[in-house]
Amino acid sequence: MPSAAPVAPLSIIRNPYARPVTNAKLLVILPAYNEQGRVGRVVADVKETLPDAEVLVIDDASADATAKEAIEAGAITVSLPVNSGYGAALQTGYKYGTRNGFDVIGQIDADGQHKAEYLTTMLHALEEQDADVIIGSRFLDRDGHYQPSLARAMGIGLFGRIASLVTRQHISDPTSGFQLMRADVARFFCTEVYPTDYPDADILILLHRTGYRVREVPVQMRPSPGQSMHSGHRSAYYVYKMLLSIFVTLLRPRARTDTS
Amino acid sequence: MITTNLRIVAIVGSVALLLFIIELVRRRRLKEEYSVLWVTLALVLCLLAAWGGLLSSLTHAIGAVSQASTLYFFGLTLALFLLLHFSVRVSDLERRVVSMTQEIALLGASNRNGAANGGQPVSEIVRSAEEEGVAR
Repeated sequence: MPSAAPVAPLSIIRNPYARPVTNAKLLVILPAYNEQGRVGRVVADVKETLPDAEVLVIDDASADATAKEAIEAGAITVSLPVNSGYGAALQTGYKYGTRNGFDVIGQIDADGQHKAEYLTTMLHALEEQDADVIIGSRFLDRDGHYQPSLARAMGIGLFGRIASLVTRQHISDPTSGFQLMRADVARFFCTEVYPTDYPDADILILLHRTGYRVREVPVQMRPSPGQSMHSGHRSAYYVYKMLLSIFVTLLRPRARTDTS
Repeated sequence: MITTNLRIVAIVGSVALLLFIIELVRRRRLKEEYSVLWVTLALVLCLLAAWGGLLSSLTHAIGAVSQASTLYFFGLTLALFLLLHFSVRVSDLERRVVSMTQEIALLGASNRNGAANGGQPVSEIVRSAEEEGVAR
């Protein structure tokens, strides 16, 4: 990972996507499933951190008042008519973002685990680190503020190691749902390459093989107040699915897809 | 050799299956497209049961001991292939359903907050959806 920020003109030459993101049209998406009592605060936090950003809540057919709370908090709200899963909800956000001409799309969990203030850090990293995708990693600064369960830590460790091995760069937190990307990447995610059930380390490997630059920045987390959309999967199936998905991703040709 | 009884059961069974499939297509309960593999299964079983020479040479070729197991082997293989075919179709249907679910949600949102959306007309959204290959 480049430590020093390149000066602006140089970064424009080296990076064809380098546009000053500080003035970019920014969308922050929140996939939400039964997040009543939490989603409103996250929307407010994001709006406070980034007053110019548009906030989009994708309500994945919640049974509670998630959508109502999101609208009241001032977010644009999209309600999926049937429960479609975390990946499908995220992809809905990418479609909204790319069709409405946003330059940068951020995503943050609606359960309040992620601190919206880090979006600013991530936005700076997107520009300064010559990157297409910024992942907010819970493990990059090892002060142990985030303590996942043993099974979860093993899963994250295993797939982090595989992703690091394949991409030849250190990836500490492949499961993080706290991300920021350029519109080009979101457009890529709107195609059928995107896993609509549970995107994870496999998508990072796909991004790397397609030629996009993924960088991690350290973020701090609040303890999860409950079941997030993330933990809805059964762990044995998750391990199987991720191994198979990574394997077939590596079997596919690595040509960069023309997504325009 | 298979016993005459087994031969009769296999022929009658596969002809009954064939007739049932044709009836389902006639009543439009089964689309022609999905009948192809079923008809193939019925015809193959019928052919093997009726044509003793083919069955005995196939038995020799796959190294089976009994001709009856050759009959079961081909029946089972084709049935498994049918099941796999349906899993592929279900995966495809799921992809379509998710894609349509997303479109419905996005259309609903653009109807509700048209202005916040940049007032993008519905036709524009549908057009860009087609470009993304949703209708694939």
